[in-house]
Amino acid sequence: MNLDKVSDRGDMASPRKKGIRFSRLYSFSCFRSSFRDEHSQIGLKGYSRVVYCNDPGNQEQILPSYPKNYVSTTKYTALNFIPKSLFEQFRRVANIYFLVVACVSYSPLAPYSAYSVLLPLLLVIGATIGKEAVEDWRRKKQDIEANNRRVKVYDKDRGFLKERWKNLRVGDLVKVHKDEHFPADLLLLSSSYEDGICYVETTNLDGETNLKVKHALDVTCTLNEDNSFEHFKAVIKCEDPNEDLYSFVGTLYYNDKQHPLSLQQLLLRDSKLRNTDYVYGVVVFTDHDTKVMKNSMEPPSKRSKIERKMDKIVYVLFTLLVFVSLVGSFFFGIMTENDIDDDGEMRRWYLRPDQTTAFFDPNNALMAAFLHFLTGLMLYGYLIPISLYVSIEIVKVLQVIFINQDINMYHEETDGPATAKTSNLNEELGLVDTILSDKTGTLTCNSMEFVKCSIAGTAYGRGLTEVERALAKRRGDALDDSEVTSSASLQSDDGMAPGESVKGFNFYDERVLNGQWVNEPHADMIQKFFLVLALCHTAIPEVDEEGKGILYEAESPDEAAFVISARELGFEMYERTQSHISLRELDHESHQKIDRQYELLHVLEFSSSRRRMSVIVRNVEDQLLLLSKGSDSVMLERLSKNSQDFEDVTMEHVKRYAEAGLRTLVLAYRELSKEEFSSWENEFMDAKATVGPDRDALIEAAADKIERDLILLGATAVEDKLQKGVPECIERLEKAGIKIWVITGDKMETAINIGFACSLLREDMEQIVITLDSPEIIELERKGDKEAVAKASRKSIMNQIRQGTLLLSSSGGHFSFLALIIDGKSLSFILSEDLEGPFWQLAVSCSSVICCRSTPKQKALITRLVKKGTGRTTLAIGDGANDVGMLQEADIGVGISGVEGMQAVMASDFAIAQFRFLERLLLVHGHWCYRRISMMVCYFFYKNIAFGFTLFWFEAYASFSGQPAYNDWYMSCYNVFFTSLPVIALGVFDQDVSPRLCLKNPELYQEGIQNMLFSWPRILGWILNGIICSVVVFFFTTSSAVHQAFTGDGRVLDFEAHGVYMYTCVVWAVNCQMALSINYFTWMQHLVIWGSIVVWYAFLLIYGAFPPLFSTTAYQVFVEACGPSPIFWLGTLLAVVSCLLPYVLYRTVQTEFFPMPHDIIQKWQRETSDDRRSKLREKDTLLCK
Amino acid sequence: MNSGTPSSSAAGAGSADSIAPRRNSKRPKYSRFTQQELPACKPILTPKWVIGTFLLVSVIFIPIGVVSLFASRDVVEIVDRYETECIPETLRNDKVGFIQSDRSKTCQRTLRVPKNMKQPIYVYYQLDNFYQNHRRYVKSRSDQQLRNNGSLQDTGPCKPEDNTAGGPIVPCGLIAWSLFNDTYGFTRNNQQLDVNKKGISWKSDREHKFGKNVFPRNFQSGTLKGGATLNPNVSLSEQEDLIVWMRTAALPTFRKLYGKIEVDLQRDDLINVTLENNYNTYSFSGKKKLVLSTTSWLGGKNDFVGIAYLTVGGLCFFLALVFLLIYLIKPRQLGDPSYLSWNRNPSGH
Repeated sequence: MNLDKVSDRGDMASPRKKGIRFSRLYSFSCFRSSFRDEHSQIGLKGYSRVVYCNDPGNQEQILPSYPKNYVSTTKYTALNFIPKSLFEQFRRVANIYFLVVACVSYSPLAPYSAYSVLLPLLLVIGATIGKEAVEDWRRKKQDIEANNRRVKVYDKDRGFLKERWKNLRVGDLVKVHKDEHFPADLLLLSSSYEDGICYVETTNLDGETNLKVKHALDVTCTLNEDNSFEHFKAVIKCEDPNEDLYSFVGTLYYNDKQHPLSLQQLLLRDSKLRNTDYVYGVVVFTDHDTKVMKNSMEPPSKRSKIERKMDKIVYVLFTLLVFVSLVGSFFFGIMTENDIDDDGEMRRWYLRPDQTTAFFDPNNALMAAFLHFLTGLMLYGYLIPISLYVSIEIVKVLQVIFINQDINMYHEETDGPATAKTSNLNEELGLVDTILSDKTGTLTCNSMEFVKCSIAGTAYGRGLTEVERALAKRRGDALDDSEVTSSASLQSDDGMAPGESVKGFNFYDERVLNGQWVNEPHADMIQKFFLVLALCHTAIPEVDEEGKGILYEAESPDEAAFVISARELGFEMYERTQSHISLRELDHESHQKIDRQYELLHVLEFSSSRRRMSVIVRNVEDQLLLLSKGSDSVMLERLSKNSQDFEDVTMEHVKRYAEAGLRTLVLAYRELSKEEFSSWENEFMDAKATVGPDRDALIEAAADKIERDLILLGATAVEDKLQKGVPECIERLEKAGIKIWVITGDKMETAINIGFACSLLREDMEQIVITLDSPEIIELERKGDKEAVAKASRKSIMNQIRQGTLLLSSSGGHFSFLALIIDGKSLSFILSEDLEGPFWQLAVSCSSVICCRSTPKQKALITRLVKKGTGRTTLAIGDGANDVGMLQEADIGVGISGVEGMQAVMASDFAIAQFRFLERLLLVHGHWCYRRISMMVCYFFYKNIAFGFTLFWFEAYASFSGQPAYNDWYMSCYNVFFTSLPVIALGVFDQDVSPRLCLKNPELYQEGIQNMLFSWPRILGWILNGIICSVVVFFFTTSSAVHQAFTGDGRVLDFEAHGVYMYTCVVWAVNCQMALSINYFTWMQHLVIWGSIVVWYAFLLIYGAFPPLFSTTAYQVFVEACGPSPIFWLGTLLAVVSCLLPYVLYRTVQTEFFPMPHDIIQKWQRETSDDRRSKLREKDTLLCK
Repeated sequence: MNSGTPSSSAAGAGSADSIAPRRNSKRPKYSRFTQQELPACKPILTPKWVIGTFLLVSVIFIPIGVVSLFASRDVVEIVDRYETECIPETLRNDKVGFIQSDRSKTCQRTLRVPKNMKQPIYVYYQLDNFYQNHRRYVKSRSDQQLRNNGSLQDTGPCKPEDNTAGGPIVPCGLIAWSLFNDTYGFTRNNQQLDVNKKGISWKSDREHKFGKNVFPRNFQSGTLKGGATLNPNVSLSEQEDLIVWMRTAALPTFRKLYGKIEVDLQRDDLINVTLENNYNTYSFSGKKKLVLSTTSWLGGKNDFVGIAYLTVGGLCFFLALVFLLIYLIKPRQLGDPSYLSWNRNPSGH
């Protein structure tokens, strides 16, 4: 088929469709349709799929019963919803505990009635299941929409008819039109283009916005009319469904021949047909067999540190529960045993210990004690808050809404609000210790602008880059005003410069612009230089809809910048056909604009391993030109030996550009003689025609042969501008004590300069540089002695680390003044040679670390090591597909929803539009969420302990018999009605410090990094507070109304009224404690806190008014006994105030003498606002006079 | 604590208005709620507030304490512990044997009235070490049966006092079975002092929990006799001793209302009590006391509330003084965020 291609070259004038036969242009990727190793496996395990195309009646097709294309992404079906969702619920240990309790509560073991346990459990589980149901219903609706979309399907008798997606079968022939989505994974048969290519947009799959080219087999290319399928029959044997998006192995049996199939022929579901009128395809995978569905995997679930610690607290509480129950059963056992004395006489005869059950049997007190232990576990189960998990879930969802709604994190240009993809990690945002950041697209805009170039040893371009300005500022140079104003980069600060500014082009130099370059000394070189810019690329010109200008669709922003620059400099590419590129160019001799056509012979594409790209063109003078561009290191070794004298100057420029934070490429060319070209072409075509695994290597080697002895033209410098507000943001994050690591592929100089530009590095910082870029090692490498290299590297790195450590110790541990810069090579060496220990010691002590020259794979590795090495919370931020590993590895992944597509965003936990929003996300939302959740959890434990322990104290006075002090329903409503809403309000709304001050005082963030608010002393303090509260409530209520008359009419306090009395005190105390701990009172807080107390009284009234059969011990208790008793009211006031006194005292002493950061800022806020107010008042009085 | 100071940051407000919303914009809508900028009061524990609060608490608590203490002191209470004295000295070695025997258990006690006592004077019996709040005990009753004549058989929770050979016991259960059966008769100067036993129970119990048409049956007819017997011809709703007893006590030491004496007693009056010491508290070494008490608006005699109020109030006053002194001697520092800077002060907090 390659011969086929060659013969194609002449007849471009196709009658059918003017198209570009990209099969020719893409030397590397489009020729993959050869049998490879995998094809031999077809028919074996893993490769057993057989598809009979266009043969709906075939028995064998029906046999394997591939599913129809009915897609269901729902987690549940109507049938399995109940059992499955229940199962999901009871996978949580806490829920199991409560279920067991509920079951056991039907036995006589239970201290309270079963319903009162079951109801809260049902409520809690019902709420979660309800949430699941709603979410699943949304998915279902999406499914229905997708399943009922229509596509044209071929029917033998009636041609192509519209059919619903869900009715598609494997083997069906479908026709997809422009801008439609593919309904299933299709095998491309042919397209509206004559050579069977089509363009596919895969944004939904991998997030990449550039179009991909798919290519049909040549044998099926011709089947491009509706009526050409009448006799079409084929069989596809291919791999079984799998999740690998980047491979496909199959064989097409067509016309008694076998044809290899690869990914090039596969159109994936959820991608979209673009720039192609229609395609024909055969359905290969349907439903869940499609690659997309196989890929729709849940991202790794992350849990926050707080939640993990919470589990530990639950264990502590569980231990406490067991301990308390043990104590109870111990005493209960003794007392029960004593019920019958040694003589067989009953002691507590009123309990009839002679005729008793196992639960109270004095003759088998051990058993009774054990059974009582179980009862105790249930009774004191209030120590473990059942509703905590649910409340936290609710709170986090609400917090996420606030994060998503924050208008200060909305980016107008990209219409991008902040979005939290998960609600698990809100509070983790307040604990971040280390940020690992990608550079391109994250710190920078990833919109490339051509700013400078060096041609034939002369540097052009007068603009100042941001980095240069930062450099100048650093050196204290006064900026030359005229230079600054002449620079277009000044305008670009505001995002878009008005008027003549062109996106991607920020070049100013009067020597070159407006055709002035023809007067420069090396005009012919300059012309070649621009020619390379205009020809050496894969961009496609598109006349924009208004017909005003030409837009370019390029694979990367760099490439777009080059083509645009060429256009601005007078080399406008306006047409690209399969074999020609047409330019409207300025002739440097005639000074005229003329149209010229270049015949495109070969494109040797860019790849990350080659790091260069070349095109071979034939110009109108019948010259054969090889035009190349590539990275300096690769190009340098390909320049001809007897090259120009300006090589050194150019390299000097390249270095300077890199220092200025620019991305550089070296441009070169070579004239080819006809003989040389044709002999090379033969070799190259042979390589291309090779079948076998070493084909790629052969092609590369062939390409390598022609890309030699190049003549240097110059270098380009493209600026990737810093995003707005990055330096300020980084400065504040550093002030907050967050360490920032930038991981970039840039050269060390570039990285350092970017570091300065975004104030990651400051002049007063000591830089520790670890690199293997020393002359000796390079020399050794050249010799190829690997062992010697390793030895020398080790020595050099050890040495550098030691020096760094020395520097560190001499600076007295003030790590904020140290920066570490390390290159990828040294890093991977360190990681592989277990030098990690000393390195991490050094690295974690530095406030900023820059890893330059690192690969995407290293990013994830570094992230993992930082996470493990420090044990602190790490946050990774990035925007591209290469950051996905890093984002998933880090504790928190933040995606920049910017230009580079959606993949990073999909893999992230939070998505923001700009790096600078990170500041608000962490310092405001992170701090708040951390504070809220930790306060909430502490408080939750407090309130349940305060309640649970009153039960225990009461037990001590009820011979530990397991009788709860309260009515069953009071108990079960405690966590649901009387104390839940204030906690949720705390978790959602509380603010210790206003956002403005959070940002102004980044130091506040230390509370999170040092985990001050959720430290064990603090947690235990709250637990202690709960115990104190329970003691005060129990002893004050019993002592105040112990046995004397409770009311004026002589009646005494009984068991029921005592329960109400105590419970009232607990509800008051717990809610007032909430009011004291809250920092931010809006009407909502007032409503829920005081409302909860009111609800308790209302509950007492309403429940007490039910007939006694239902209300049992609560019947009329409040109306008759408690309400009229002054002791009840006075005692409540007394107990509540006494409960709160220790806390108030503690807080007062603490804020006065050992203030926490937020205390200081709150105070300061108050004082400054007081000052302002008094100043205003003074002003007013002055005005009055 | 503090006056409401609306939050001052309204940064988003201006920009929200200035930019016209584009179609299908994902721009979050501005509202003070979604931007978490609702007007709020932000209480801070400043010394002023702390001192003020403590003072306020003491100002409220001390008078309440004084008033309560006076109320409690106004109550006159006569307590007579009799469980040992009412056993003939010779038999005190085997108290349980005595109480279970058929001997006469009548016992004479003389009480001296320490102060004038205004009527009504409440008569209580006080038991000690009696666990009416024991789980087995509390549960051992049938509310259905007590309320409803038709539910005689509803004796589920009452075991072992649920049935006799003659049918279900009404009222069943351990509580009713162990009904207190000491009785007291009072004379002053050889004049009978009437004890009014009406209205000593809660009204709701009489009217809704104990049926008017439910009569005792087979009560105390089992092999082991617990406490008092009941008149089978009086409906449960009128058996107030039973109703009082069935309202179980919260703590093992408790008083229950026995009746009311509706005459004033004078100081130094001698009251003769003829009591039948029937109830067995000797098995579990419980004390028995007879209590005569007046009430104040606050109820019976208990200094705890008054003393506690005074203590807490005093403590708050003391704390207020301490903080005031600290405030005067060492005036508060300005809240200065520069204290925070961790890199200037590496030791941190």
